[in-house]
Amino acid sequence: MSAGSETRAAGELLERARSGDRRALGRLLTFVEHRDARAHGLDDLVHPHATGNAAVIGVTGAPGAGKSTLVGHLVKEIADAGQQPAVLAVDPSSPLSGGAILGDRIRMDGVAEGRAFIRSMATRGHAGGLALAVPGALRLFEACGFGPLVVETVGVGQVEVDVTRTADTTVVMVAPGMGDAVQANKSGLLEVADVLVVNKADRPGADDVRRDLEHMLDLGHITGVTEHWRPEIIMTTATTGEGALKVHQAIQAHRAHLAETGGLEDRRRSRIRQEVADRMTRRLEDAVTACLASEPEELAEALQGTRTPASAAAALMERLVR
Amino acid sequence: MPEDQNDAVTDRSAPIRVVLAKLGLDGHDRGLKVVARMLRDAGMEVIYLGLRQTTDSVIAAVEQEDADVVGLSMHNAGHLALAPRILQALADSDLDVPVVIGGIVPEADVDTLRDMGISAVIHPGASALEVADAVRRSVA
Repeated sequence: MSAGSETRAAGELLERARSGDRRALGRLLTFVEHRDARAHGLDDLVHPHATGNAAVIGVTGAPGAGKSTLVGHLVKEIADAGQQPAVLAVDPSSPLSGGAILGDRIRMDGVAEGRAFIRSMATRGHAGGLALAVPGALRLFEACGFGPLVVETVGVGQVEVDVTRTADTTVVMVAPGMGDAVQANKSGLLEVADVLVVNKADRPGADDVRRDLEHMLDLGHITGVTEHWRPEIIMTTATTGEGALKVHQAIQAHRAHLAETGGLEDRRRSRIRQEVADRMTRRLEDAVTACLASEPEELAEALQGTRTPASAAAALMERLVR
Repeated sequence: MPEDQNDAVTDRSAPIRVVLAKLGLDGHDRGLKVVARMLRDAGMEVIYLGLRQTTDSVIAAVEQEDADVVGLSMHNAGHLALAPRILQALADSDLDVPVVIGGIVPEADVDTLRDMGISAVIHPGASALEVADAVRRSVA
């Protein structure tokens, strides 16, 4: 197919997706995810319909904290409030086989079935382009009338954290039995939280976790980190849905605060800036790969030991950037 | 430097996406969990729905996840009743997605299932390679 007919095919799918065809949207998400040639021109078609106004909610936390289960209930609350939520659930790919077990949907379906568009996405390794696929998928969701948009990631790995922190509101989930106050301070995750959730509130130790988090936030107050916004701590039992309404309310309160203080525009701008940076990085990586594949002389010299790797890199970069 | 404004490159190594589920009242999911792991290790992306699914929930997952293939585990002798239903539901939704069945299926029923349109039937004792091959062949 020529690039022109591919754009037409993507355009037809987008029309269908925008009029409520879920299968068409599912297919387009695959295009976005694969950086597929069939997606050629899709971004340009989506752009006019994606205003950037849909609320983006990031949910992150350690594996097993209860993220997917809570997201299921959260999505129900959002739908009950008359909105059309969509979920992007990110799970890690196996570094060995490249395969993945995407097990978020199983936690959401009972509650969220029919109430939300749920898409599972594998991280596909560092070079897999998750950082590019997520903003593309979110724009697509928005262009099809969905919002708010929930992005769920495991809070390990820089890419996952980056993806989550570019949300308007970041919800960080913790559960009892996963470390003491020192761990809570160590994890950079907690620093990006706009709403803190202590899940498994019915388990022993949940109140201790809450106390540790309060103390941590108190310290943030002293150092100025929480000067503008002190995250609310909400206790939940995701298996029953208890506390999900409060989480939804806290997210709305945070968004209202952002809207008042101009933070919403700040986050939107930083999100776009981040995506531009990520796309530039990706292009550079592609260029570096192509450059080395051409077996340049500088590389050969470094391999022979007549030149240091640093000097070879500097010389090659000089050529690449020019 | 690439000039393409949309960063589009055809990714030929895109993993096969497979939805795994059990329909209705059939509580034996250990086999399905093993299969999920086998397929992951074969480089596929497994959308694991697990127990007590309905034809509707499987169809919704296939649509939203843009799955390439559906794998159904059956251990309650319901295969002859359930297979036509899922095939009909897929056809009704205009989804041209192959269905593979694994589990306890008497040899005598295999041809019947294949005639209905089931792509492959995997029996107990199948190796990881055989399971992955059956799924791959159904997609090809």
